[in-house]
Order: sequence, then C-alpha cells, then structure tokens
Amino acid sequence: MFDPDILARVQFAFTISFHIIFPSFTIGLASYLFVLEALWLRTRDDTYLALYKFWLKIFALAFGMGVVSGIVMSYQFGTNWGPFSEFTGSVLGPLLAYEVLSAFFLEAGFLGIMLFGLNRVGPKLHFTATTMVAIGTLFSAFWILSANSWMQTPTGHIIENGRAVVQSWWDVIFNPSFPYRLVHMVLAAFLTTALVVGAVGAWHLLRDRENRAARIMFSMAMWMAAIVAPIQIVAGDMHGLNTLEHQPAKVAAMEGHFETQNGAPLILFGWPDMAAEETKYAVEIPKLGSMILTHDWEGRITGLKDFAPEDRPNATIVFWTFRIMVGLGILMALLGIVSLFARWRKSLYSCTWLHRFALIMGPSGFIAILAGWFTTEIGRQPWVVYGLMRTSEAGSPVAPTAIAGSLAAFVIVYAIVFGVGTAYIIRAMNKDPRFAHSPKGEVLRAGSRPISDPTIPTAGE
Amino acid sequence: MIMDYQLIWVLLIAVAVFAYVTLDGFDLGIGILFPFIKDPAKRGKMMNTVAPVWDGNETWLVLGGGGLYAAFPLAYSLLMTAFYIPVFTMLLALVFRGVAFEFRFKSRDHQKHWDFAFSAGSIIAAAMQGAMLGAFIEGIAVENAKFVGGPFDWLSPFSVFCASAVVVGYALLGTGWLIMKMEGNFQGRLRALAKPAVIWMAANLGVVSLMTSYIHPAYAARWFDMPNLFFLAPIPIVTTGLLFWLWHAVKHREKTVFGITLGIFFLCYAGFGITLYPNIVPPMIDFRTAAAPDNSLSFMLVGASILIPIILAYTAYAYWVFRGKVGDEGYH
Repeated sequence: MFDPDILARVQFAFTISFHIIFPSFTIGLASYLFVLEALWLRTRDDTYLALYKFWLKIFALAFGMGVVSGIVMSYQFGTNWGPFSEFTGSVLGPLLAYEVLSAFFLEAGFLGIMLFGLNRVGPKLHFTATTMVAIGTLFSAFWILSANSWMQTPTGHIIENGRAVVQSWWDVIFNPSFPYRLVHMVLAAFLTTALVVGAVGAWHLLRDRENRAARIMFSMAMWMAAIVAPIQIVAGDMHGLNTLEHQPAKVAAMEGHFETQNGAPLILFGWPDMAAEETKYAVEIPKLGSMILTHDWEGRITGLKDFAPEDRPNATIVFWTFRIMVGLGILMALLGIVSLFARWRKSLYSCTWLHRFALIMGPSGFIAILAGWFTTEIGRQPWVVYGLMRTSEAGSPVAPTAIAGSLAAFVIVYAIVFGVGTAYIIRAMNKDPRFAHSPKGEVLRAGSRPISDPTIPTAGE
Repeated sequence: MIMDYQLIWVLLIAVAVFAYVTLDGFDLGIGILFPFIKDPAKRGKMMNTVAPVWDGNETWLVLGGGGLYAAFPLAYSLLMTAFYIPVFTMLLALVFRGVAFEFRFKSRDHQKHWDFAFSAGSIIAAAMQGAMLGAFIEGIAVENAKFVGGPFDWLSPFSVFCASAVVVGYALLGTGWLIMKMEGNFQGRLRALAKPAVIWMAANLGVVSLMTSYIHPAYAARWFDMPNLFFLAPIPIVTTGLLFWLWHAVKHREKTVFGITLGIFFLCYAGFGITLYPNIVPPMIDFRTAAAPDNSLSFMLVGASILIPIILAYTAYAYWVFRGKVGDEGYH
C-alpha cells in the first residue's frame, strides 16, 4: 500500500488528469474566441460580441485552473521523479523551457488585456491580444506534446554517463510519434470544446428555440463535430499504425492480443486477464484486427506473450480505456452526421432529441481525452522513457509518508478548488448568452422579454 | 571567470528568479495585506490592481523551475527532493491563491472564503519561499549526488527568520504598489501599515545577515576577508541607507516607496548571490558540476535571447495598458 513508486505514480496520474482537462478545453476555446471576435469585427453583429463575452468568462475560469494545476506539474518532476529529471533534464528541460518562453508568457502577457482591456485598447488591439492567447495555447501544445512524444518514441539522443544527451534537436523535437500525437491531441481539444459549446447551445435552445446566440453556438459547434470528428477517426487510425510500428506491446495490450498470429481477429469486448495470459469472454470479429492494423487480412500481429512478463503494459486497463475513447469518438461522429441531416431537413434548431443528444455529449470530449491519455500513458509502462528508463528507476528517494501525505492534500485541495470552479463554470454556462455583454445582464432572466423583440441581442447597450 | 554557457545560464536563472520575486512579490504582498483591510470593496480594488498581470508575474516561477530542470538537472532534482514539503505546501497555497482571482468575483455567497484563500495562500506561499531560501543558504545534505537528509531539514530557526523576512518584504512591495495605485484615505491607511513593516524588515534583515556569516566559515570569509571587505562593504551600507530613505518615503512620497523597496530586494538578492557563488546546491555542488551539456544550454540560449526581449516588451505593454490610479469601476 505504501509503496513509494505506486504512490508517486498515483499522485502524478491524479494531478495530470486534473490538469489535462483545462488546457484541452482552453486550447479549443481560445481559438473559438478568436473566431467569434473576428466575426464580430467583420460583421459588427453584437450577438458575436455577446457570445465572445459569454465564453470569455468561462475561459478565464478554466484558464486560471489550468495555470495553477500546471505550475504543480512543473515542480513535480523534481519532487517525486528526481532520477528521471536528472536522466532527461538536458533533453526534456529545453523543450519545456521553450514552452514557457514561447507559450506561457504569451498567454499570460495578453490574457490581462483580453479579459479586462477591451475598453482600454480598442477592438483591434484587443483582437490582437485574443489572437496571441490563441497562438500561445497552440505553441504550448506543440512543445508539451513534443516532450511527451519523446518519452514515448525517443530519438536524437545518446546515453552518456547514465544521462540522455542530445545529438540532434530536430530528431528530438520531431520524433517519430510527435506529428501523430500533436494532430490527435489538438483535434481532440477542438472537438472537446465544440461538444461543450454545442451542449451549452442545445441547453439554451431547449429553453428557447428562438435564442439567436444559442442558435449560432449550436450551429457552429455542430459544423465542427461534423467535420472534425470523422477527421479525428482517420488521425487516430494513423496514430495507431504509428504506435504499432514503435510500441507494439502497447497495441497488443490495447487489442487484448496475447498470442502472436496472422489474420488476428478484432476483439470487440472481453476481459484481458494478465495472470492467465488470455482475454476471457472475448467477442470477436475474425481477421478484422489484422485488417485495421496492417491493412491486410492476413497481417501479422504480435501478441503480449512475445514480450517478457516484466515488459508488458497492463492490458486489462488499456483495453478498456481504449474502447471508451473509440466508442465516444464514434458517437461524436454520429452526432455530427445527424446534425448535418437535421440541417438539411431544416430542423437543426427545432429537433428536441438532437438537442438532448448534444447536451448529453457535452462532457464526452473530456472523458475521451482522459481515456486516450490513460491508454497511451499506461500503455507505455513499465517504461517512463520507452526502452531507456523504467518507471521503477525514476522515483525520488522520498519517504512514502511524505508522498502519501502530499497525495492526500492534493485530493482534498483539488476536490475543493476544481469542484467549486466547475460549479462556477456551469453556472456561467447557464446564464443566457444574449445578455453576456449587458451591464445589467445579471438581473435579466431568459424569457423576461418577448422572444420576438429584435433588440434583445443588444439589450443594455 | 570566462563567459561560457554554464555561467550565462546560472545568471539567467538568477535573473528569472529575481524577476519572479519582485513581480509576484508585490501581488503576493497584496494577499499578505488582506487581513489588515477588512472592507470587501477595498479588497476588491486591491485585487483589481493586479488581476490583469498576476498571471504573467507567476510565469517567472515556472521559468525559474523549468530553467533549473533544463540547465542544471542535478541541482533541480536534489533541491526539489530536499524541499519536498515546502515546495508542495507552496504549490497548494498558490493553487488557492491563483483561483481566488477568478472565484472571488464569481462568488455571491462565498466571497469571504475566497478572500481567506487568497490571503492565506499568499502568506503561506511567501513563507515557504523564505524558508526554502534559508534552508538553501544553510545547505543541503548530499552524498554521491544523492539527497541524504530528512524531510524536515529545511525547518530551522534561521529558515524561520528568512520566512519572516520574505513575508514582510513582499508586504512592503505590495504596500508600495498600492500607494502608487490608490488615493486619499486609503492611501493614508496603507502608509500607516507600512511603517511597522519597515522596522520589522530592517530588524529581520539585520538578524539574517549576521546569522548567515556564522553558518559556514566560507560565507564569513567571502564578506570579511581582504580585499573583499573593501569591495563588498557598499552593499550593507547602501542597504541601510535605502532603509532610512524608505522610512521617509512611506510617510511623504507616493511613487518612490515601491522603487526603494525593489532596490533593497535587489541588494539583498545580490548579497545572497555573492555569499553562495559558485554553489548551486550549497555547500558542496557548484553550478558547473550540475550543468546540462553545452548543446542543451546553447539550444535554449538561442530561444531565450530572441524571446526574452519580446516577452519583456509585451509585458511592459500590458503594464502600460493598466497604468495609473484604479478608479472605482475596476477592470471586472
């Protein structure tokens, strides 16, 4: 129970799982705010400004929580993973330093103007600030995924005196899995935000179908879902092929294959039993596994038994987290396709069950991101740097009680802070978006004015 | 002393940490002052003066930590392990304090709780930074490049004095900032608060300086051997002069209080640097032993020399946008 390695891993998993939620939301949201402000500047339609202000408040809350949980991450490497820091410092450190210099400062520097500066700097400069913040979030994704990908597929280094030393920065940054991981993650962030925006739009449409701001939100979000979800499925497939090439043990665990075989089936469901070395109760489709992974019906798939027992990731967990991610991805694509159909039938704003579907799908992006993150990170085990350093060698010589104590403190503090923060975000989402830029918006209630009143979007001006 | 990558990076990280200390120092100081200002409207105004910039201020902390990880991995791993408890306490305090900026203005019923979180978070974070500074000066138990001390090594009478010095120092920076930003009665109240803080800080600095010279003979030798005594004497003398000037300024001046306090911070910081050089994990490990390979340091230096001037430019712009006195409407 008080094994320091396990405790340190649980603590890292806990803090990073909380953290990843916020950046993946703010990456998408920053770009959405950029689009909304651009539309406002172009059309001068105040509904876009109202939507901008509506989502800006939510962005500020999510960004704040992302920042504070991120600062924790940057110090946790050293506190809990000293030997890892020493081994990787000269490779990963510069990538993270570039993230701080090119992304964090850019976001933080312009965030103040974005949040509080519209009346001080004017619309054009304010739009520049929004743009800088959006670019900052994408730079941040670039560097952090480069660092993470290097831990998955390390290249461009040599080992000197027990430390990784860089030979080629190009090979380190653009390591083999990086392009796939970056595309998959950024698309996931955009999709996650679209699903949240769509759910909020749907929520307000369910209350009032004529709510123009809600219509715009819902329509934009459904376009994103219809376009990005299918692209994401293709990107995910390509990422999977890349993983098969570089981390076959991970793919074997994801697929629940213990035996190496030609023409392997696709196991839809089952229970991979690590001790018995077989997937129990498997429901499978013959030969489809080989077809998907190798694009050949008789393709050869390596099973977990080809790896020494101490080199195998936990298939029971990875098999299921992978299926949760894929299942949700298919539902997202379905939502997008159904919305296209509703748009064609001119029932996009009146189809109640579609709005309910979109509402239920609101949090699905976060769940899919966490499930995908677990798949890729647990699938990398027992390595912290694939093939170079085992997780068991990476932990600091810290007393187990210190790790357990700080873990307990994290659980309590995060539960309070992020619980309250999420409640505030939901409360902000519940407000009528039409009134977001009205100084008196607080006191106005949805339905307090005739729905046909064309002045509603500019109420309070 | 040749300017090589290792030296450049130790100086750059020192600059990043100093930037953090002064910038986040004054916004932490506002939280430290909260217990003395009860009026919720005034508290809101105080927070509004830093709401647009605190985020950028705190990013220097990430740069300091990230830079240490990248440029001196051994020092990073040893220091973080040795300071496990104060680092985590500081981080959790910063979590509470950071979210309070957003939550305070969103909350109808729990504003007092977030005020408390902001204030306690600021005080605890500042105290932990001071305690770590003290423990750092006292030295870390290292054998064969591994930390061999206990989890509470960082806690000592000396580190408690340092914690107190940092808390009161940040409070003074915060007061100096607010005296610039506020007017009328409230400004007078801030001046009244600053007076005991100056005395407290002067006393604390005296104690810490004297104790430092007793910790290691090498520290005393650095300051008192000839010809160092001659070259370094201006630092304590000028600091003392600045303290007297500060005493005058908190009573009569509006814009100089902040600047003088910054000057005192700079001289103290320089004093610590002079005491410790070239060690990065006192008392045994110097920065060259702990450094990453040159190709990592040079790769980062390319980015740093292009990006840091840009960062300074837009940071200055952001401060300029929000310059001047804070009216009643605030930014929120």
